[in-house]
Amino acid sequence: MRTPTWVDGILDFFLESSTAVKVLASIIAIIGGLLVGLLIMLVLDPSRAFAGFGTILFGFLRNGTQSIGNMLYYAVPIILTGLSVAFAFRTGLFNIGATGQLTFGAFFAVYVGVNWTFLGAFHWPVALLAGGLAGGVWGMIPGMLKAFRNVNEVVASIMLNYVAMYFVTLMVKTTIYNQSVARAFGPAESAIIPKGFLDTLFQGSSLNYGIFVAFLVTAILHIILSKTTFGYQLKSVGFNRDASRYAGMNEKRNIILAMTIAGFVSGLAGAIMFLVPGKFLTIENSLLQEGFTGIAVSLLGLSSPIGVLIAGIFYGSLEIGGFFLQVTTSFVPELIEIIIAAIIYISALALFFQNVIYKRLKKRKDTLDEEVTS
Amino acid sequence: MSELFDTLSFLTPLIIASMVPLSIVSLGGLFSERSGVINIALEGIMVMGGFVGIVLMRALSDSGLPLQLIALLGLLTGAFIGTVYAGLHAFASVTMKSNQIISATALNLFAPALSVFIARIYFGTSNINLGGNYTISEVPVLSSIPIIGPLLFTNAYLSTYLGIAIFTIAIVILYKTRLGLRIRACGENPHAADSLGVNVYKIRYIGVLISGALAGMGGVIFVLSFATRFQGTVSGFGFLALAVMIFGQWKPRGILLAAFFFATVRVIANAYTAIPVLQDFSIPTEIYSMLPYIITLVVLAFASKNSKAPAAIGEPYDAGKR
Repeated sequence: MRTPTWVDGILDFFLESSTAVKVLASIIAIIGGLLVGLLIMLVLDPSRAFAGFGTILFGFLRNGTQSIGNMLYYAVPIILTGLSVAFAFRTGLFNIGATGQLTFGAFFAVYVGVNWTFLGAFHWPVALLAGGLAGGVWGMIPGMLKAFRNVNEVVASIMLNYVAMYFVTLMVKTTIYNQSVARAFGPAESAIIPKGFLDTLFQGSSLNYGIFVAFLVTAILHIILSKTTFGYQLKSVGFNRDASRYAGMNEKRNIILAMTIAGFVSGLAGAIMFLVPGKFLTIENSLLQEGFTGIAVSLLGLSSPIGVLIAGIFYGSLEIGGFFLQVTTSFVPELIEIIIAAIIYISALALFFQNVIYKRLKKRKDTLDEEVTS
Repeated sequence: MSELFDTLSFLTPLIIASMVPLSIVSLGGLFSERSGVINIALEGIMVMGGFVGIVLMRALSDSGLPLQLIALLGLLTGAFIGTVYAGLHAFASVTMKSNQIISATALNLFAPALSVFIARIYFGTSNINLGGNYTISEVPVLSSIPIIGPLLFTNAYLSTYLGIAIFTIAIVILYKTRLGLRIRACGENPHAADSLGVNVYKIRYIGVLISGALAGMGGVIFVLSFATRFQGTVSGFGFLALAVMIFGQWKPRGILLAAFFFATVRVIANAYTAIPVLQDFSIPTEIYSMLPYIITLVVLAFASKNSKAPAAIGEPYDAGKR
């Protein structure tokens, strides 16, 4: 006979909370992804592998507040695309079109940013909003195709990604093209998202008010999903479309709204990415990776807005690590993308891990329980 | 008349060069999807196969081997690497019953990142030069046939003939063999197939692996036909192949027609300034480039109610649910 100890307490905590098990699965995915990165470094250059690994993990601690600021700066678009993917996911929709919505939003934001200089102090907020609205329109299309024509939103979004890519190239060439450097003009001074007091707080970093947009959107989506009838309906449609219709919910409207909101958030990400100095829309016809990284962040964040926020900041730290990796070792920042891809792959296996973890814990708890009672 | 012939003899090789990898890769998609596994990882598999195939060809380019043998080795290497890489997708989606979209997305991101990473470390740049011209200037005897000779048998690629052979074999496998029947059955009704003693997991593995072999080879063909160097991307060609497969309604003959159509549009997008008739319209190249995707969307919107997509596509098979 023995009395229950803290071990029992921990086991009880995990067994009773499915969220705790899922968080554990996310952490396993992160560790697994990082190990893949370490393995690749060990194969290619064993002598510098561990130094490089340390740089990836703790690079954001170098250069003090500047790196912290840049970490948040890199995190902002990823948090937003992550929120976009996560929000759609809660409605049972897989938004692989975040990159297209982001590109589409980025163009309209920059277009307003270049041309509508008469707006004065309202210039950057309007440009930001234009990006969001354009992204929303681009997200609405697969939503409507899904709702009215039962077209798989994944396939539709993939097609729309490429349409957006070529469309934006065409529009850049015909409207805001800077012939001499063969890319788009940058936004006017008044359309650049201000840094305000962040510039003194995180001196030398690129962090701007975009971070507050990310916080605001996280808060709003959290409230929508967990505190409103609308959010309840969205999640309900996500669980079971037919049952939701039977319960009197307008499932078509909910699908369209979910995709439109997801698109809006991705559009904001695009606007924030390009309403900064020194970043320009190109005519290279390549999809912007940020939309896909959002999928990783959404998976790690368990499709909850607050989880996405945390996972997005983690991504920002990796990005900074990748930057220092290039500076200090022979490795190149693509390693970060490799790690992200590995994290996504392992997250895909997450359900399996969750079951394994759960069974392991349960078994251990059962043997402990036997000891307690015997 | 001679101007028309000139235009045709200019366009035909280009269209064939686009059409072969497009149809091979979308045929790959077809094998996976007909067995019941969505494969949007075609793009990533192409990159992976193309990368390793091209690296091998570059390494062999100084060896003194005949060029066409090197090309063949490159194509086979691409197919092998594609098979191995697709094995990851099969493992996730068949064995682990994971979300097939997420797994495929991971593969699509991993391949370009890894290839650029390795290229930059070993070659110092993300561009890998091909180091040789692999066109066959003329096929003996056949190239002297009037009309067809100059169109099909001069300045051709080995991959074109290989592609035609593969396409024929694939159709025979899919429609004339027991394996083909089983693959199709697993995509339509896996439980029924299982009840008749078919190992659904095994068949789906085979479907995904064949798809990997074809996409990996397609990656090498892509680089051989369109680029003088490899830059860690196949420019969305894998997703275009996906569109071809959907537009072709998951059938080889449909794929052939769709590939011809999309290849023509693609060639026009890239070379319309050299085509006298189209020069006058002066439609921007981007319009042509986005056309295949828009057309696929329209087809999806109007045909989704009676889509020919395999019925059990995307659902992990769980024998316990029977």
